[in-house]
Amino acid sequence: MSVDTVRTAPTRYRRGAGTRLSLWATRLGWRHVVMWVVAAFALFPVMFVVSAALNPLGTLSSSQLWPTGASLDNARDLFSNTPFTTWYANSLFFALTNAAVTVLLSALAAYAFSRMRFKGRKVGLIGLLVIQMFPQFLAIVAIYLMFSSIGEYYPVIGFDTRWGLLLVYLGGALSINTWLMKGFFDTVPKELDESAQMDGATHAQVFFRIMLPLVTPVLAIVGLLVFISTINEFLLASVFLRDTEAKTLGLGLYQVVASSRNANFGMFSVGAILLSLPTLIVFWFLQRFITEGLTSGAVKG
Amino acid sequence: MPGGRFAREGSLVGQVVKIGLLGLFTALGVWAVLPLYIGGNWLGIGLVVAVVGLVYYVYLSKRTVPAKYLVPGVLFLMVFQIFPVLYTMSTSVTNMSDGHRGSKEQAISAVESLSVTRTADSEEYALTVAAVGDPETGELVFLLTDAEGDTQVGDADGLSELAGATVEDSGKVTDAFGYTILTPAEVNERSGELEEFAVPTGSGAGIRSSGLSTAYEGRALRVYDESCDCVTDTETGDVYTADAERGAFYNDEGQRLPQGWQVNVGADNFARFLFDPAFASSFFSILLWNIVFAVAVTGLVFVVGLAVALTLHVPKMRGKVFYRVLVVLPYAMSSLAMYLLWRDMFNTDFGVINQVLGLRIDWFGSVWGARAAVILANVWLGYPYMFLVATGALQAIPRELGQAAQIDGANPWQAFRQVTLPLLMVAMTPILVATFAFNFNNFNAVWLLTRGGPLFSDNSTAGATDLLITYTYRLAFNEATAQYGYAAALSVMIFLIVSVISVTSLWRSKALKEVD
Repeated sequence: MSVDTVRTAPTRYRRGAGTRLSLWATRLGWRHVVMWVVAAFALFPVMFVVSAALNPLGTLSSSQLWPTGASLDNARDLFSNTPFTTWYANSLFFALTNAAVTVLLSALAAYAFSRMRFKGRKVGLIGLLVIQMFPQFLAIVAIYLMFSSIGEYYPVIGFDTRWGLLLVYLGGALSINTWLMKGFFDTVPKELDESAQMDGATHAQVFFRIMLPLVTPVLAIVGLLVFISTINEFLLASVFLRDTEAKTLGLGLYQVVASSRNANFGMFSVGAILLSLPTLIVFWFLQRFITEGLTSGAVKG
Repeated sequence: MPGGRFAREGSLVGQVVKIGLLGLFTALGVWAVLPLYIGGNWLGIGLVVAVVGLVYYVYLSKRTVPAKYLVPGVLFLMVFQIFPVLYTMSTSVTNMSDGHRGSKEQAISAVESLSVTRTADSEEYALTVAAVGDPETGELVFLLTDAEGDTQVGDADGLSELAGATVEDSGKVTDAFGYTILTPAEVNERSGELEEFAVPTGSGAGIRSSGLSTAYEGRALRVYDESCDCVTDTETGDVYTADAERGAFYNDEGQRLPQGWQVNVGADNFARFLFDPAFASSFFSILLWNIVFAVAVTGLVFVVGLAVALTLHVPKMRGKVFYRVLVVLPYAMSSLAMYLLWRDMFNTDFGVINQVLGLRIDWFGSVWGARAAVILANVWLGYPYMFLVATGALQAIPRELGQAAQIDGANPWQAFRQVTLPLLMVAMTPILVATFAFNFNNFNAVWLLTRGGPLFSDNSTAGATDLLITYTYRLAFNEATAQYGYAAALSVMIFLIVSVISVTSLWRSKALKEVD
């Protein structure tokens, strides 16, 4: 028996057709109405961007909420007038590499915080929480000045290079992610890895063979969160990547609509959809982990 | 002792991997030391050696098991997060800005060499303009060939020998190891910088360019005199005295030379935006809007997200999965692109919002229009996350609790308010705090939509939708004169505000006390 049947199951009604309908309306009908409204709110910008991407004229002024035609001219323009593929490859490189390395570094640290007791452990955990209140981009001035001199010694990690920006991103690898992971690691019974140790496993074997397979959901969720935030990162990238060829897709699209906002809107829309595509795909594959991963880490601290 | 329980020797594969990784790391260390050695940076070499030593110690010792897992992440954290934070803090107490970047010696040599003028006995050089590294951004240098055909390289610090350069008959250098020779187009692009570039050659002389391929050595009109710590302009007779507190040379009328140096100004930057009326008014109005923005967005996404989660939280609803996919869609779209999309949807003339609603509102032109637009776009992007979290939290609360309350005579609202919500908040509070902290510094949310605008009519630096972070960014990178010191002070202030708010609320929600 659900909450709603308790509320609306009065015995005085005769169950005629009319009352059944009104019963349905009070119990479920209004919920469908609410969901239609919310879905419309969620969908209209998406519809607009799809319609603009297909719009044969490709301008903002001619774009409508409903598609008025279907043409791939905008996509063709985007591929031929801009270094789109380079931008796209850059974005994917940053998002994938950062997600993969961050997951590894975070999981290593979370394993130590969850399973071992050592001096400075509590300070380290609270320190991580506080330091991530000073997000990296607040130190953007310092990072800029720092890399001005690093670039003189090591041009391969200076401005306009992939490796330099990747290093900066990895500086934020241990953060709230480590907390999220530690929360999940704590839920794995200790007996499992302790018995493996009894059988003579090294700590590395316990970590790679026993722990990691058991915590896949949280690895997936952290990977997804890092992937999303890297693809959408703008501030550090805009300071770091100034060369047109070195830009990420986000920066490139910004430039496309900055130079000629009205005329390039169709091209921008195609780019926006393509930029969202990897996230949508990853999201689709990971969605069964998402709710579990987001809440379990949070509840357990 | 941690680690004691584990087997003492790893497998053969483990050992091989370990040796391989350590070897790779050592190679990396050697690679890192080489340029530092060439540049004579012994502090840097010491640091690299210390890090390599630490890594060896941690991974070869049997007693440092937790460190083996923490070192990789912590090294990145130290170098690219903690060090920049400390650097930001030290910059925040200086006057660092364009015109105050280097030491006093550098400022003096810049003052002198920039006032160089040609004299009758000036020596001429064949000039090639080059850069260190990237032709667009690398430091400018002059590759010079004198009358005897000797080649030299000149940068902002002075002249040095250039060996092994390829020189053509006209005396122009066509190739030199370590320098990128600029094409005429690239020189043209950096002509502004070139005008302000001169190579000091000591005792009030310097080399400047005249055109693209010749340079001359001349005498400085402005000469520094150590005995009075002042610069004298030999043409006008003006005397500019060094002001150690402000880091620049001033004459009696209070005019300063444009080249200054970096000095410690203590808490001046902080005092400026707290007490200087002009700066304080923009700081406090931005801070107020910043808080309103973060609270409004966090509150609205929470209410909308929770309401949607509750609407779907019934066992017998059809199309649940379908609704879920639609409702979560904004979260799976790229927020960066969607901000730019929303910006164009709010366009006054062609925007789809005015079009569909039949309005002609100048959204980004008016203070409250822009603020409403920024909040609306962020609610659209943010509520799906709250919906996901709330759905998860609701599933963890047994339905029987709410039913029991209703059997005891509570109406549905009371049952939700008194029973379900408090349980829900236990799980949701840390998420709400994180969301607040995230939105407090949500750079993209404002920069990509309005760039902080519209600017207030009485204040040209602060906009109506500016957050502290966008204001900081504009101060540091977008104004005519970059005020790094002041921007760094703002960063430190933002950090203090966010961490005080977050840590107190986390403390009160007991999330921090449960660390074990």
